[in-house]
Amino acid sequence: MSAAGSAAELGRRVVLSTPVPAVGGALVLTTLVMLAAGVDPALAYPALVRGAVADGNLEYTIAAFVPTLGMALAFALPLRAGEFNLGGDGQMAIGGVVAAAVALELPLPAGIAVALPLAAAALAGALVAGASAPLRTRLGLPAIVTTLLISAPAVSLASYLVRFPLAEQGTGMAQTPPLPESAHLPALAGSAYVTIGLPLVALLTAAWLYADTRTVLGYEIRATGQNREFARYGGVAVDRLAAITLTGGGAFAGLVGGLIVLGPPYRFVEGALTAPGYTFTAVAAVLLATGRPVAVPFTVALLTVLQAGGQGMEREAGVPGQLTQVVQGLIIVIVAVFATVRHLRARSGGREARA
Amino acid sequence: MSILEFSFLAAVLTATAPVVPAALGGLICQAAGVFNIALEGQLLWGAFTAVVCGHLTGSAWAGVLGAVLATVLYAGLLSLASVTFRADPIVVAVGTNLLALGLTAFLMRRIWGSGGTYSSPDLAGLPTLAELGLDVPVLGPQSPLVPLAAALVVAAAWWLARTRSGLRVRGVGGHREAAEALGLRAGAYRHGVTLAAGALCGLGGAQLALGNVTLFSEGMSAGRGWIAVVAVMLGGARPYRVLLACLLFGVAEAVGFRLQGAGLPQQAADAAPYVITLLALVLVAAAARRRPKETTT
Repeated sequence: MSAAGSAAELGRRVVLSTPVPAVGGALVLTTLVMLAAGVDPALAYPALVRGAVADGNLEYTIAAFVPTLGMALAFALPLRAGEFNLGGDGQMAIGGVVAAAVALELPLPAGIAVALPLAAAALAGALVAGASAPLRTRLGLPAIVTTLLISAPAVSLASYLVRFPLAEQGTGMAQTPPLPESAHLPALAGSAYVTIGLPLVALLTAAWLYADTRTVLGYEIRATGQNREFARYGGVAVDRLAAITLTGGGAFAGLVGGLIVLGPPYRFVEGALTAPGYTFTAVAAVLLATGRPVAVPFTVALLTVLQAGGQGMEREAGVPGQLTQVVQGLIIVIVAVFATVRHLRARSGGREARA
Repeated sequence: MSILEFSFLAAVLTATAPVVPAALGGLICQAAGVFNIALEGQLLWGAFTAVVCGHLTGSAWAGVLGAVLATVLYAGLLSLASVTFRADPIVVAVGTNLLALGLTAFLMRRIWGSGGTYSSPDLAGLPTLAELGLDVPVLGPQSPLVPLAAALVVAAAWWLARTRSGLRVRGVGGHREAAEALGLRAGAYRHGVTLAAGALCGLGGAQLALGNVTLFSEGMSAGRGWIAVVAVMLGGARPYRVLLACLLFGVAEAVGFRLQGAGLPQQAADAAPYVITLLALVLVAAAARRRPKETTT
């Protein structure tokens, strides 16, 4: 095949791979929603882009990218084994409140003062998500339901802890006192908002990508996700994998909670973890990547830009920022449809090739 | 016994009423073999459209009708994607739940200019049964949708057990290939139950926004659609058991509300319905595990 031909072939494959039509379809629908709501897309889209990347906004966007990518791992790891973890909010909130408690109550030397709260946060998140594992494997209760049911009281518990036992005295605000200096995540050079959380989460993402494609565990997780019974028949301990992936996902979510609390403004502020909607932005991003883990960092980046840009759009063009949530929901629905259509077409295509 | 006061029973009914129609929607989907977890978003959409239609027309009943129609339309998205295009119903439902959250928050800002909560003296709530001349204890302060929800439970039980279409829905859910071999169009029944669940969620949303209160606030379904999903898991395809599960949730919410009045933190009251529903789910699933397995699954 000529170079031009293979380039065209590559181009066709890129265009037809699910994320591209899904993003395209979502943009068309978003434009329609804008028009239906009386918003001028010619004003809204530039405002969206400026809100995400222009004058100093880029730093906020990168700062929001870190927790979203972390939450993407929390959702994607169990998803690869066929388990839905929708309880990210609760796992993250408990992780955050545990990190704050450890940092406030234990005077630790520098270095450990950052590492220990983060480890405790990951452990707490793992326990919250891990509670769903026996419910899934022993009682057959779907993780999608139990993770969500556990999440709500977990968020309530974190809220209670930050309002009462851990509350900053005398302010009446639902927040902990500021954490000791030694527990602050070091900022990356020259930035006020981006901390070493960024390289840490990037490293974890790389580790997950490696484990997913190159290790036995990753292979078994994928096999279980594709066909649980077949994997079980092949000797894979599917129940153990469900437990590993759910607790692992919870550990990522708990860690994200810890990273947020140990980052600016260096305290647990109620709502600061769950209100930005990292959990479901991450869900949309992972589903948009449609079974290609390598695409996850890119889809997370895209949706973070959209999310951050939504606030700029609200300021500049008066378009409610919730539009970005509309887009995320539409993306998920469209991805689900495209994934099936592609699957069916691949099957009928195979039949034609044989005929 | 203060727990059996009329006001407590009324609080239980108020907490249960919006969940029952949504759970019935989940139940008929379950009977047809459709795992419907889109109830949460549909309940929220129902609440929102009830208030919008009520706001536009000045009539609470127009709000109810509008909510039912609008939510059927909204469920059409799930039905189209998951039945016609055969997309994964769980993923689609995750999408429509998120979409409902975003769309209601977006549209309320476009319509009323601000987010959070919308209420207005011009917005008419549903009349109470007392106002309609049925001034009895407990039921008096409820909206007519409360006895309607109870009637729907009876109707669903009768429909699934005694009517031709009800039996066919169960046939499609029980053994799809056999049902199709007998000439039933499984897809049509799946469309039907998905859209009917939308209508029921519209009704539940209307009760939530115009019956329990007279306002819309962002995310006001607050997990009730998930409670409905759990009620279906608890009750199986049996309407009276599903009603019982919904009542359990209602009692938990009402008790939580009471305890808050008695000085317990609000967070405990918020968490109570979830914790109790989850415990019930675990206990029932554990008990089912211990019983010898039935032949059908």
